[in-house]
Amino acid sequence: MSNAAWLASRILDDDQQIITALKNGEIGISSSGEESELTSETKSNIEDILETARHLKTHLPQNYHDKLVEHAFSESAQITEKASSRIGNSRRFNLDLTLDRIFLSPVFGYPIMFLLFAFMFWLTISGANVPSAFLFDILVDKGHFWLKSGGEMLHFPWWLSGLLFDGMYLATAWVVSVMLPPMAIFFPLFTLLEDFGYLPRVAFNMDNLFKKAGAHGKQVMTMMMGFGCNAAGVVATRIIDSPRERLIAIITNNFAICNGRWPTQILLATIFIGALVPAHIAGFVSAMAVVGIALFGVFLTFVVSWSLSKTVLKGEPSIFSLELPPYRAPKFWQTIYTSIFDRTLFVLWRAVVFAMPAGAIIWLIANVNIGGSPIAIYMINGLDPIAWFMGLNGIILVAYIVAIPANEIVVPTILMLIVLVGGSSMHGDSAGVMFEVESMSSLESLLRGSGWTLLTALNLMLFSLIHNPCSTTIFTIFKETKNLKWTLLATFLPIVLGTAITVTIALLWRL
Amino acid sequence: MASFKLNQAHSNCADCPIHDKLSLKRLGVDAENSDYVVALAGNPNTGKSTIFNALTGLKQHTGNWTGKTVARTEGSFFFHDKKYKILDLPGTYSLISSSLEEEIARNFILFGKPDVTVIVVDATRLERNLNLAIQILEISGRVVICLNLIDEAEKKGIGIDTKILSRELGVPVVATAAREQRGIYDLLSTIEKVARSQDIPRARQLYRIPSGIEKQIETLEKNMRCISRNVQCRVAGITYPRR
Repeated sequence: MSNAAWLASRILDDDQQIITALKNGEIGISSSGEESELTSETKSNIEDILETARHLKTHLPQNYHDKLVEHAFSESAQITEKASSRIGNSRRFNLDLTLDRIFLSPVFGYPIMFLLFAFMFWLTISGANVPSAFLFDILVDKGHFWLKSGGEMLHFPWWLSGLLFDGMYLATAWVVSVMLPPMAIFFPLFTLLEDFGYLPRVAFNMDNLFKKAGAHGKQVMTMMMGFGCNAAGVVATRIIDSPRERLIAIITNNFAICNGRWPTQILLATIFIGALVPAHIAGFVSAMAVVGIALFGVFLTFVVSWSLSKTVLKGEPSIFSLELPPYRAPKFWQTIYTSIFDRTLFVLWRAVVFAMPAGAIIWLIANVNIGGSPIAIYMINGLDPIAWFMGLNGIILVAYIVAIPANEIVVPTILMLIVLVGGSSMHGDSAGVMFEVESMSSLESLLRGSGWTLLTALNLMLFSLIHNPCSTTIFTIFKETKNLKWTLLATFLPIVLGTAITVTIALLWRL
Repeated sequence: MASFKLNQAHSNCADCPIHDKLSLKRLGVDAENSDYVVALAGNPNTGKSTIFNALTGLKQHTGNWTGKTVARTEGSFFFHDKKYKILDLPGTYSLISSSLEEEIARNFILFGKPDVTVIVVDATRLERNLNLAIQILEISGRVVICLNLIDEAEKKGIGIDTKILSRELGVPVVATAAREQRGIYDLLSTIEKVARSQDIPRARQLYRIPSGIEKQIETLEKNMRCISRNVQCRVAGITYPRR
C-alpha cells in the first residue's frame, strides 16, 4: 500500500473511481502482491473498509473537501516562502496586485461590480435606441413597403404577399432591428471586460453567494452572458466542469432577462409604472422598476439553484481553482471583430431562423378564418379564463405561445392581436399586420382601451421574466445536455413558477 | 521556428558531463516498444507543451488555454539508447475536483504507473503551481519537478533556490527555460536517473492531515493497515480483519 492516508482521504471524499479501483484490485490494499487475484477474504475486507468509511463520513465536517484544498494551498505557500527570494529592489509597484486589492475588496468589490454592469446595461439600452430606430425605418417601414409594392407589380395573390411580407418578412425585420443593435453593443463590451481580465474577478466575488446556493462560482459568468442572450448563456456553461453544477446553470439561465425581453420591460414600465409618479422622476422610477425586475431574476436564480441542489441535482458545490489572470489591455479592434462575428451574428442568425416561421404562423392565425372568425379569436377566447387568474388576458397568452421562437416579437404580436380583436377602426387596414405604434401616448390609449391595468402590466413584466425559454434557447439546451428530461425541466419549470407567482399576485391584488 | 536546434540546445551547457550531441534522438509520435513511460503534468500555461515539443521534436500546438486539449498527446525520444514514451497530460490546477481533465491526468498517474512523472511548474507562479505538485507527490514518488519559465522569473526579480525546493519536496528539481532550450539536457538526465533507479524516491509526504478531519482519516487508515499487515486489531469497535 503506497499511501494509506491519501487513500483514506479519497474514500472519505466519496471518490467513486478510487472506490471502484479498490474493489477491482487496481489499487492494492493487501500486502501480498498487488497484481494477484482478489481473494474473497480481501474482498470482504474491502467491504469492511468501505462500511467503516460510510460510518465515519457522517461525522465529517461539512467543509471537508474545502479543508483538503486549503491545506494543500497552505503547504505550497510555506514551501514557496522557504525556497524563493526577491532579487534586486524588492518592492516594486505591482499593478495586478493593486487592481485586485480594489476589485476584490470586501468593501468596494460589490459596488464596483454593480456600477460597472449598471453602466453597461445603460449604455446598451440607451445606445441601441438610435441604430434600432434607423434599422426599423429601413427594414420595417421602407423595406416592407417596397416588398409589398414589388409584390403588387408582380401580381402576387393577397395571401402570398401577406404570408411572405406581412408575416415572415416583418417578423424577421422586427427581430433584426430590435435585437441587433443591443447585441452589437453588449457583446463587445462584455468581451472587452473579459479580455481585460475582470470577469474572473466577478466570479471570485460572487463565488460565495453561488456556493451557498449549491452552485458553481462560474455560473455568474454564464448569467451575465444570459443578460445578453440566454442561448449564448447556455453555451457559455461549458466553462463549468462539474456536470451537476452545469445543469443548474443551464436550467436557471432563463432567469437572466435577455435582450429580447428588455424592450417589453422598458415599454411597460414606462407606460404603466412611470405614470404613477410625477413626470420629472418618471424616467428614473421606470428605469428602477426594470432594474428591480432584473434583480428579482437574479434572486430567483439563487432560489431555484438552491432548490435544485437540494432536490433533483443533489450534491455539494465542487471546488474549483480559478486562475486570476494578469490584467491586460484588451486588443480593441480584434475584440470588436471577434465578438461581432462569433457572438452577435451567430446568435442573431439563430433568432432569424426561428422568427421567419413564427411570422408565418402569426399571419396565418390572424387571417385564416374558420366559421367566420380567424383562428386567433378562438385561441384568445379559450385562454381568457386562465389568463384572468394570472392577472393577464387571452391576447397576452396567445402572443406568448406564438412568440415562443423569439421573445422580441411578443409586443408586436400583442399589438397586432389587439387591433385584430378590436376590429379597430383607429388603425385602418393594419389588421393582421405587425406594426409599430408611433408614439407612447397612442400606445398607452390602445392598451388602456383594451382593458389593461397596472396589474396587467406588472404581471406581464413578471411573466416576461418567468416563462419558458425561447425555442432557440430550448434547442440549445437540448444540444448542450443531449437529454430530453433536463430540456423539459428547463422549459416547464419557469412556466409553472411564473404562473404560480402571477396567480398569487392577482389574487392578492383583487382582495 | 525550427522544431529543434541541437546546437543551441547545447550552447548553454557546453562543458557539462552530460553534454553529448548524439544522446538525444527525437522520434516524434513513434511510441512503440518503449523502455520507459514518462508523464508530463502541470498547470495550464506553464510551457508544458513547449517542453513536450523540445523532447519529442513534435510541433504540438502550444499556447492553448484550459480545456482545449482534453485528450492526451503522445510522443517519444531516445536518450542514451533507451526509448522513452512521453505523454502530455491535460493541464490542471488540482487533482481533487471533478473535471474531466483532472480525472484523465490523475488516472494516468495513478493507474498508468508511469516510470517518471515530470511536473512542469511555472517559476513565476510557484505557490499556485506547487499546489498541484503536492497533490501528485501523494500518489507517486517517481517525480521530477521541472521549474520552467526560470528566465521570466529572473526578469521579474524572483529567485528560486532549486536545492531548497528539492529538499522540501524530496524529489529532484531542474530549472528550465524551454523556449530558449535552456536546461533541457539537465531535465533529460534527471528523467533518466529517476527512470533507471530501482527504488522509488522518497517524496516528502507533505499532506499532513488537516485538523478537524484527522480522526476520521486516521481511523480508516488504521483499518487498512491492519488488513494489509494481516494482523488482528480493533479499530472503532470493530475487529479487523473480519472472518
